[in-house]
Amino acid sequence: MSGFQSDNAVVKWIDHRLPIFTYMNHELNEYPTPRNLSYMWNFGSLAGIALVIMIVTGILLAMQYTPHVDHAFASVERIMRDVNYGWLIRYVHMNGASFFFIVVYIHIFRGLYYGSYKAPREILWMLGVIIMLLMMATAFMGYVLPWGQMSFWGATVITNLFSAIPLVGEGIVTWLWGGFSVDNPTLNRFFALHYLLPFVIVGVVFLHLWALHRFGSNNPLGIDAKGPQDKIPFNPYYTVKDAFGLGVFLIFFAAFVFFAPNYMGHPDNYIEANPLVTPPHIVPEWYFLPFYAMLRAVTFDISIPFTGIILIEAKLGGVIVMFASIIILFFLPWLDSSPVRSGRFRPTFKWFFWILAIDLVALGYLGSKPAEQPYVAFAQIATAYYFFHFLILLPLLGKLERPKPLPTSISEPVLKGGGMMAGAAAKPMEKP
Amino acid sequence: MPKAMMKTFGAAAIAASILGAAIATAPRSAQAAGEAVPIPSYDWSFSGIFGTFDRAAMQRGFQVYTEVCASCHGLEYIAFRNLAALGYDEDQIKAIAATYTVGDGPDDFGEMFEREAIPADRFPPPFANENAARAAMGGAYPPDLSLMTKKRANGVNYLHALLIGYEDPPAGVEVPEGQYWNAYFPGHLISMPPPLLEDQVEFSDGTPATVEQMSSDLTTFLAWAAEPMMEERKRMGVKALLFLLVLTALLYAVKRKIWADIH
Ligand code: HEC
Ligand code: HEM
Repeated sequence: MSGFQSDNAVVKWIDHRLPIFTYMNHELNEYPTPRNLSYMWNFGSLAGIALVIMIVTGILLAMQYTPHVDHAFASVERIMRDVNYGWLIRYVHMNGASFFFIVVYIHIFRGLYYGSYKAPREILWMLGVIIMLLMMATAFMGYVLPWGQMSFWGATVITNLFSAIPLVGEGIVTWLWGGFSVDNPTLNRFFALHYLLPFVIVGVVFLHLWALHRFGSNNPLGIDAKGPQDKIPFNPYYTVKDAFGLGVFLIFFAAFVFFAPNYMGHPDNYIEANPLVTPPHIVPEWYFLPFYAMLRAVTFDISIPFTGIILIEAKLGGVIVMFASIIILFFLPWLDSSPVRSGRFRPTFKWFFWILAIDLVALGYLGSKPAEQPYVAFAQIATAYYFFHFLILLPLLGKLERPKPLPTSISEPVLKGGGMMAGAAAKPMEKP
Repeated sequence: MPKAMMKTFGAAAIAASILGAAIATAPRSAQAAGEAVPIPSYDWSFSGIFGTFDRAAMQRGFQVYTEVCASCHGLEYIAFRNLAALGYDEDQIKAIAATYTVGDGPDDFGEMFEREAIPADRFPPPFANENAARAAMGGAYPPDLSLMTKKRANGVNYLHALLIGYEDPPAGVEVPEGQYWNAYFPGHLISMPPPLLEDQVEFSDGTPATVEQMSSDLTTFLAWAAEPMMEERKRMGVKALLFLLVLTALLYAVKRKIWADIH
């Protein structure tokens, strides 16, 4: 199967015993990739590089950081002022988290638009959702470490959510804190976990790539490759395209790191944590805002009508809605009933895809606002719409929508005057 | 294709107008809740990609800090040695440090003692702790100034606006004893007496010590104190961006060349 050859005796000796060179050649060099991938397909490799950047800068920071409530804030200032290039390392790590989320959110929306979650890539997609959850947990705990006001109060608000769980909630919160409030034990364990989780992410990324390489990448047309003429070797074509994409990414990234390093942060986090002073607005980092809006959108108890018996208190309802908004993504491959992958050939789906995107931007905006009217009302509408999209729209759309004719193959995408009938087009996933 | 695009844009427009409605109907809660007031933008030597801290302004600002603010506000993250960035040489820094005493110890006999500060020491705090400060200030707490321009939104402009923002209260507003009306402080009632008065300090370079001048010099000094690595950061940023632009252009050319036989 492998065309791997080497003249180097050492390489040959090793490869015979441990075929690592054959493996790398197969997966990274000759790996057949659809020839028509757009720049939307750059974001997976960018996410991988962002992960490496975060791990490298994170380890360097950990060498100078002190996880103690009395010293954490000062140790971060020491990194900024006295450690050689400490300011650079910290600003790269800080902005790297935001850029990691930007990249992964685009990566996910690419998957949503081109139906990359559909068979046979369901497990690939679900591993992606797991990565996103792990990233969120990592970022949340990382934000607590500098021990500023938003660190402390963000941690307090979010860990307190668990108290909404009936009966055991309070116990769980005490257990999470390692005490009766967010305090030194909390900071210590968050540091330990913040160091651990990125390596768990690395593990899941390997599974993600393993699943990806089973069937190879999807593509903008959403149809399967029909033969070798539809594919090109990963190297040099996509290595160079990914390298160019990385260059563009780094330009944007450097612009923020060097010229607006605190733009995406909150000024209150330059105030040392103070359990006695609550900030006027506690807001999470921007990448959590849509979910924060959904959390706060549930302002009503759910009770049995006319009895006054409360089944789910508002707080628990908010927690359920927030987690459900992500859990629902695990079921997406089965919620979307359309056999056509790419949004290009789904005239109605396309509409709703963009409405969903704007719905999430609106939720992000509403999450940054205080929990008052009219923000809460709009957040309720937007939250309802989010679930409507996944639970009602996508299952129905596949049945009602008439997809456009699909091209017969990747290498001849332009079909003058119709090509296949829509009916025939509705079986795009058969094997070549 | 254009038709589908029109539809897509149509959908986007509908959703965008929902978002717009949400923003438009939003109350001006910031103002209503007496929180933040819009802050004017001023010109600073250190803003922009190539901005640097004006050394003379920093030295004057440092003088205002030591002669006026230091009796109430600390500068906990700044060591005397850091003053080299203001243009002082080693002897000047030693002399400045020597005017302060800091606590040290224990000595060989287990006693704590006081000694003259050396360049490696940090500025000693004006109060032993927060409670001591509050006791002396009628309950208010003068915050440390070393991160002041970073710990308030739009901090640089806010600081300057605050220092020149003391005014007579609008008619009908009662200002309680020990508080002062300030146009830019959230809620307007601040417990800090107007710290800057005309000609309060005498600048050795002959610059007239107007409130405006002292405040802008002090803001420059504190902007440096909050972000002493700003000049290095921007210098490196310009180089990094130039490098990345050239590199990315080259990568683009290589990509075009390699892909030439595919398209
Ligand atoms: C007499 C003591 C005193 C002096 C001198 C003084 N301050 Fe203050 N300052 C205070 C007190 C007290 C507060 C707290 C005010 C409050 O919270 O209402 C304060 C608050 C502040 C704040 C925080 C405002 C905010 O947004 O919370 C800044 C900035 C500030 N002072 C700057 C200065 C500067 C700069 C100087 C020197 C020009 C100075 N102060 C001189 C007592 C003083
Ligand atoms: C640490 C974060 C992640 C890394 C490093 C990563 C890495 C990658 C890489 C390198 C690819 C192949 C290149 C590409 O198609 O863009 C890929 C594909 C894919 N990823 Fe991720 N990913 C991450 C997170 C996610 C998340 C959070 C999701 C979804 C919830 C996801 C879903 C997918 C899907 C569906 C594909 C296949 C896309 C296709 O072929 O069309 N990934 N990933």
